[in-house]
Amino acid sequence: MNSYRIKAASDSNGKVGDHFVSGGKFVKEGELANDAQVIDAKGLTILPGFVDLHTHLREPGKEDAETVLTGSMAAAAGGFTAISAMPNTLPVADTAGVVEQVYRLGKHHGICDVYPIGAVTVGQRGQVLAELSAMNQSEAGVRIFSDDGYCVYDPLVMRRALEYVKTFDGIIAQHAQDPRLTEDSQMNEGEVSARLGLKGWPAVAEEAVIARDVLLAEHVDSRLHICHVTTAGGVEIVRNAKRRGIMVTAEVTPHHLLLTDDLAESYNPVYKVNPPLRTRNDVQALREGLADGTIDIIATDHAPHPHESKDCEWDAAAFGMIGLETAFSISYQVMVETKLLTLAQLVDRLSKIPAQIGRYEDHGSIDEGMAANFTLADLGARWQVERSKLESKSRNTPFDGLDLPGVISKTFHNGVLVYERKSK
Amino acid sequence: MKHLLSINDLSKDEAIEILDTAAELARLAEGAVKKFPTLRGRTVVNLFFEDSTRTRISFEAAAKRLSADVINFAAKGSSLSKGESLKDTALTLQAMGADAVVIRHSASGAAHQLAKQEWMKGVVINAGDGTHEHPTQALLDAFTIRRHLKGSEGDLSGIKVGIVGDILHSRVARSNILLLKKLGAEVVLIAPPTLIPVGVSQWGVDVSYSLDDQIKSLEVIIVLRVQKERMNDLYFPTEREYARGYGLNSERMEGMKDKAIVMHPGPMNRGLEISADSADSARSVIVEQVANGVSVRMAVLYLLLGGATFKELSSSGENL
Repeated sequence: MNSYRIKAASDSNGKVGDHFVSGGKFVKEGELANDAQVIDAKGLTILPGFVDLHTHLREPGKEDAETVLTGSMAAAAGGFTAISAMPNTLPVADTAGVVEQVYRLGKHHGICDVYPIGAVTVGQRGQVLAELSAMNQSEAGVRIFSDDGYCVYDPLVMRRALEYVKTFDGIIAQHAQDPRLTEDSQMNEGEVSARLGLKGWPAVAEEAVIARDVLLAEHVDSRLHICHVTTAGGVEIVRNAKRRGIMVTAEVTPHHLLLTDDLAESYNPVYKVNPPLRTRNDVQALREGLADGTIDIIATDHAPHPHESKDCEWDAAAFGMIGLETAFSISYQVMVETKLLTLAQLVDRLSKIPAQIGRYEDHGSIDEGMAANFTLADLGARWQVERSKLESKSRNTPFDGLDLPGVISKTFHNGVLVYERKSK
Repeated sequence: MKHLLSINDLSKDEAIEILDTAAELARLAEGAVKKFPTLRGRTVVNLFFEDSTRTRISFEAAAKRLSADVINFAAKGSSLSKGESLKDTALTLQAMGADAVVIRHSASGAAHQLAKQEWMKGVVINAGDGTHEHPTQALLDAFTIRRHLKGSEGDLSGIKVGIVGDILHSRVARSNILLLKKLGAEVVLIAPPTLIPVGVSQWGVDVSYSLDDQIKSLEVIIVLRVQKERMNDLYFPTEREYARGYGLNSERMEGMKDKAIVMHPGPMNRGLEISADSADSARSVIVEQVANGVSVRMAVLYLLLGGATFKELSSSGENL
């Protein structure tokens, strides 16, 4: 088994010290084997591996965009040690068989933990509940369910799903999007969409569903997670719901923390994403919501697409952006460099809190006895995003060419070095 | 100006230059010679992903009067309808050596992508992209207004233009608003609230929900085509109710200013947004808009493609 002495790394609070890894766990110095490999981490920061609750791995069915393997490699390159595979694959992950397949592929590759998210409804069609218990009791142990890409729009289906998953401490992750208000919608509805002649996607289409669902979660006393909040109004609804004691958690993506709808002026479909990029005012509200804990976590919504799906007219292009490899750097830039969060607070939102929401017990901490899932980052260094050099199989990053702070140097999964940045 | 994708590509001076050039070309065309050698040897492709006979033949006539070779490429389908992609079509045209591509497409931004994605090198002229823009229509409308109300000279200051109808889905309206404002006109949009885009407050125009309140103050009324299908998307309850509130008819036209003119980009739904007697009235300049369209498109082609060619032609003549 790999054994490491990580020397002189600083932790997220700035405390410098040695960390010891053996048998896949963080151990006391005395438990370290004599032949432990020494890693000089002077100048680097040791952080618990990041945990993504919203990842699209595309396997099975769309392996031209991403596979469990390439997605895992992208995750490791971004400092993630756990990712959560959304069920909108072909076939849809709505049975124990499919979630087990994805889970085993993750285990087989062994680069990070791949936790499948099960579909709430059969075929993600929003009508009939999928066999949620069977997916939970499978080897994959699914706890999070989502029809992501589609909203669980029928209020009765949503209510039943919220109630049903209480039997095994499950959680419904809602993609909040009123389908009627967003038919053929292409981008945020506002001044820019009006000018560009692209069909608008009103903020209320997201907010109305969030409002309904927090009330449903309150009524049936169940756990609700709101995927990718994008609007100032949505943040306010979640803030009020938390004040009322409703068990709601929420995520925001790095791209919604940085980018705004005016980027669509280029008609470059790399900026086409669901939910859409919003206004500067929304971006500010999202940052503040993340800072004050209204929004609990950052999640990537890593959504790979093959080149031809983005190399076409805006209307015809696919929705989505990749984000695993840039998530930490973008988040660090918009939240820590702006002093909205400390490094430790940011890392909680990228690691500890998502691990708690998903009940991913082997993640979120670098304390002794914990599984050795961690990353070493050089926070003083910068790097330039080059889409052709990313580990993901797809190239649809909106951040190509950006110069970003925070270089992921090494990532360890269960005590094994799974990623090391190539020196230039 | 390398391409004409949006009215925003033009400065006020450039827009006026196009109108002046169109006026000159129109004047010359009244003489004995109707055809100019300016674009001889140049290839203009009409790339139409959407049927639009009138816009296509207008560009075709304009290009032919400048002696260009014209290829009409009626692309069946697009990336949207799983036909050939815009990119592959562009690469094909590039391989064939198109000097200019006039593109009509159902997707907003298609002309922009054709020009900016480096799929092809030629000049791109937007002949209507989705619900975004239709800049040559706006230029011909401005030309027509200027001819009637400003003696074909200068800008459009002091003129109030009402645009009536489906602003939300109209590329004609978007280009018209940009150009009319650029040329100093006052613009009021007149439509039911369902057909006014969210975000219109940033456009620097007035908005009214009542045609009757506005009509007496207008020098120009531009009536937009209303797609009958809009009714099914709940934009208005019935055609009859739309016509009652926003349809132009002779009764409504009573009390319009003396020199006020009525315009429509065509094709018209007679009886819906405009009555037959309004369309055929003395105030109507709708047929003239079509004729002016050819002059304006000649001017656009001439200014985007022509100058250099003209020099090349005369210098090669000397060498011979």
